[in-house]
Amino acid sequence: MRLKLLIAGALLAARLGVASAWAVLPDEMLKDPALEGRARVLSKEIRCQVCQNENIDDSSAPLAADLRRLVRERIVAGDSDAQILEFLRQRYGDNVLMRPPVEPQTWILWFGPPALLLVAAGALAAMLRRRPAAPPPELAPEDEKRARDLLERNT
Amino acid sequence: MIPEIGLYAIILALAVAVVQMVLPLVGAARNDGALMELGRSAAVAQFGFVALAFACLMQSYVASDFSVRTVAENSNSAMPLLYKISGTWGNHEGSMVLWVLILSLFGACVATFGRNLPPPLRARVLAVQAMIGVAFLAFIVFTSNPFLRLDPAPPDGNDLNPLLQDPGLAFHPPFLYLGYVGFSTTFSFAIAALIEGRVDPAWARWVRPWTLAAWAALTTGIAMGSWWSYYELGWGGWWAWDPVENASFMPWLVGTALLHSAIVAEKRDALKSWTILLAILAFALSLIGTFLVRSGVLTSVHAFAVDPRRGAFILLILIVAIGGPLALYAWRAPMLKLGGIFSPISREGAMVLNNLLLTTACATVFLGTLYPLFLDAVNGTKVSVGPPFFNATFIPIVLPLLAAVAVGPMLPWKRGDLGAALGRLWAAAVLAVLAAGAVLVATGVRAPLAALGLALAAWIGGGAVVEIAERVRLFRVPAADSWQRLRGLPRAAWGTALAHFGLGVLIAGVTASSAWQIEKVQLVRPGDTVDVGGYAFTFKRAAEEQGPNYIARRGTFDVTKNGAPVTTLYPAKRFYPVQRMSTTEAAIHTLWIADLYATISDPDEGSRESGGPAFPTRGDGAWAARLYYNPLVPWIWMGCVFMALGGVVSLTDRRHRIGAPVPARPTVVSAAGE
Amino acid sequence: MRRILYLLPLIAFIAVAAWFAAGLTRDPSRIPSALIDRPMPEFSLPPVADAGVPGLSAAEIRGQVALVNVFASWCVPCRAENPILMRLAHQPGVKLYGIAYKDKPADNLKFLQEFGNPYAAVGDDASGRTGIDFGVYGVPETFVIDRDGRIRHKEVGALTPKSLNETILPLIAQLSK
Repeated sequence: MRLKLLIAGALLAARLGVASAWAVLPDEMLKDPALEGRARVLSKEIRCQVCQNENIDDSSAPLAADLRRLVRERIVAGDSDAQILEFLRQRYGDNVLMRPPVEPQTWILWFGPPALLLVAAGALAAMLRRRPAAPPPELAPEDEKRARDLLERNT
Repeated sequence: MIPEIGLYAIILALAVAVVQMVLPLVGAARNDGALMELGRSAAVAQFGFVALAFACLMQSYVASDFSVRTVAENSNSAMPLLYKISGTWGNHEGSMVLWVLILSLFGACVATFGRNLPPPLRARVLAVQAMIGVAFLAFIVFTSNPFLRLDPAPPDGNDLNPLLQDPGLAFHPPFLYLGYVGFSTTFSFAIAALIEGRVDPAWARWVRPWTLAAWAALTTGIAMGSWWSYYELGWGGWWAWDPVENASFMPWLVGTALLHSAIVAEKRDALKSWTILLAILAFALSLIGTFLVRSGVLTSVHAFAVDPRRGAFILLILIVAIGGPLALYAWRAPMLKLGGIFSPISREGAMVLNNLLLTTACATVFLGTLYPLFLDAVNGTKVSVGPPFFNATFIPIVLPLLAAVAVGPMLPWKRGDLGAALGRLWAAAVLAVLAAGAVLVATGVRAPLAALGLALAAWIGGGAVVEIAERVRLFRVPAADSWQRLRGLPRAAWGTALAHFGLGVLIAGVTASSAWQIEKVQLVRPGDTVDVGGYAFTFKRAAEEQGPNYIARRGTFDVTKNGAPVTTLYPAKRFYPVQRMSTTEAAIHTLWIADLYATISDPDEGSRESGGPAFPTRGDGAWAARLYYNPLVPWIWMGCVFMALGGVVSLTDRRHRIGAPVPARPTVVSAAGE
Repeated sequence: MRRILYLLPLIAFIAVAAWFAAGLTRDPSRIPSALIDRPMPEFSLPPVADAGVPGLSAAEIRGQVALVNVFASWCVPCRAENPILMRLAHQPGVKLYGIAYKDKPADNLKFLQEFGNPYAAVGDDASGRTGIDFGVYGVPETFVIDRDGRIRHKEVGALTPKSLNETILPLIAQLSK
């Protein structure tokens, strides 16, 4: 409840609805297109802490704008992508990363589905192998031709 | 007066549902024809009452009766009529009424159109439908009454959220619910089968139309939602792996698996208990989706106003409505006789692969969506799972599935020859190689994933054409014969081919729009021209406009290509004073192989201080413009339309209207000793 | 063996339902601070002009148990919180500092004059960078900092008598021993 008041306070003042989804503004963009491209891609990996379902590239919250500027400053200063993400992670926690880090507590998340796939595929293979498919019955040549004719006609 | 009638109608519907829940079951157990028949009239009556309640609610909105609390909270007298109507379901309480309306509609349809169903099965199906109805009607009556009154009535309402005041979004919930809630019917069929202890091919045939209807509706609903976010949210995105988007996607994935599994159950009497489980899971995921959206357990821009009390009620419904059937499954499913055996390389084998990959994909989405919740409950840490995770895990699972889509229909039942099947697809393979080659040449081997995507799209699309060609034995019999076969093809064959073709179109759209979007973000002043993908966007002016319940700043862009005029785009920024919210109205011109897309905004929006006017502009008339060339984006929704259409075409296959299949008398061609 | 297989869906569902039940008691939008038990960021902020109190720096805070309150004149809940802070300022054993977040000097001054200044020192963080270093994502937020300069608790949203009496004051008492 208090959190809602907090956000309402910030939003009321900025007079921006959550709906007014905008994003990177021309004035924020770096001159160098390669660096700017890096900034845009990196921004999509960072979760806005105010509008928590958007990345900072898409969010219109003032904090997102601040973080966009911060990201660009650090790119220009020479930090690597990993360093910038770590910088933000130290301040805002794992929640600020759109891509959850691969660590013991997220192993189930990252490795669960592939493991599930392998186990299920293995189980299926084992089941199918144990039940041999019936071999097609041997037919006399005339019957074979007749069967083929019937099949051709009906399919 | 009218709201009170609506409330009584809901209560009556609840009472009828209770009757419908108990008596037909008793009738089926005792083989009492009258009690079973009661189920049919009860289902129709229940629908009638809910429809009445819905009509009363809608009337309150249309008449702007602000003495009704939900109307006051979600409507406004200045709002256009279309949104007064759609405002009926643009909030939690009203959308729950829509939910049970569709639930009871499907029940009434089973009662009316299920003439060829054996009475005990039909009675049980209707009873289970009624159980779900009881649960949600009680939910409405006790926690989400839409007919609560305000005294004194306020002079005007709060207005509907501006984002919802949009034709696309007005109709997105009804289609979505037709899909979501439509799976309740297959769920009821599955439970009825478990109670009877028997699943035969006839059951699978009866289930198919309901599955197709729900699936087609859900495909349409999801596509509408995606299309809406594309043109409304202002940056051309159409899928954000948002929890609520995922909540609708998961039933779709399982529903698609169910469609295919049911075919095996019908044709080969195999995969029966698996099909039952899928039918339960599809609706279970719909229910879980309902829970996620309304309980406050996950944050989402889509979520309704959250109330943990309502969440607790829905959780209770979940436990009974999902736990019960799964327990029933654990108890009864082992009794189902094992069905036909098949070799791994066969049509059945392809369906099994299809199911395996689809359910794993669904599990991936499920895990990603709910992991933050799980981890928080276990040790209080917060992680966030966003698009990078989903793209990294979902796509690799789906790629082999896409490759298999073209191959499956080529394989015969029971045992097949993979080489022969692939051989028949040579034309599709050629198309795929050409597509990949074209991409690699055009982009200089810098986009391997995009090449793969387009290759798969060509493979699948070509495969769908080959499907039909194979069926009519094109080039292998005289043309007249092929033509004869074409005219005699069952609708289901057309439906399948169309749906698979649509999938190919969808994949092409997804690949191209993700890989080759051209975006230009810059300041524009009147007279400036920006080149976007060969199209010249010239900014003429921005002017203020007054709408029924908003003020707007509308920009004008003349678009030309090589000097020849193409179109004029009018992107706008709207401010809704009652809700104090702005929306971005993008201007889109579709070239069918691409979209031209433009939005404008205040260049200082991100850093504007408090207390400024709604549309400050700089002295020099500069606006921030975002201009896009989106290649193949319309194909995303065209693909979905084809898929849904394929489902509808299959639905109209006359074989669904005929009675249960009867085993033919043994023919002469039977192998000795079989 | 087959029986167990058929039970798996039910077991999986029971686990999921249990998690949902736990989830209902939590607030998913509440983000815990990543800086708990870590040293506060090094910062040095200028004072609010004419406010009559000095600016704020990490060095200034270190050495005693302190409360750092992040506020702004445009923040409505901050106004509601102000009387509580005023009372807190007069309590012995509590050193209260403020950070004015992303605001104009004139508005900061007006806020302090209109509602009262409970802070021993106020840093003017006009750009919001110090706020980012603290992991601030909204206002108001309040940090409890121990003698060694480590952040021990973060309160998101306006302080209430409840949060004060149940969490913050006992923590301060414990850290002051």
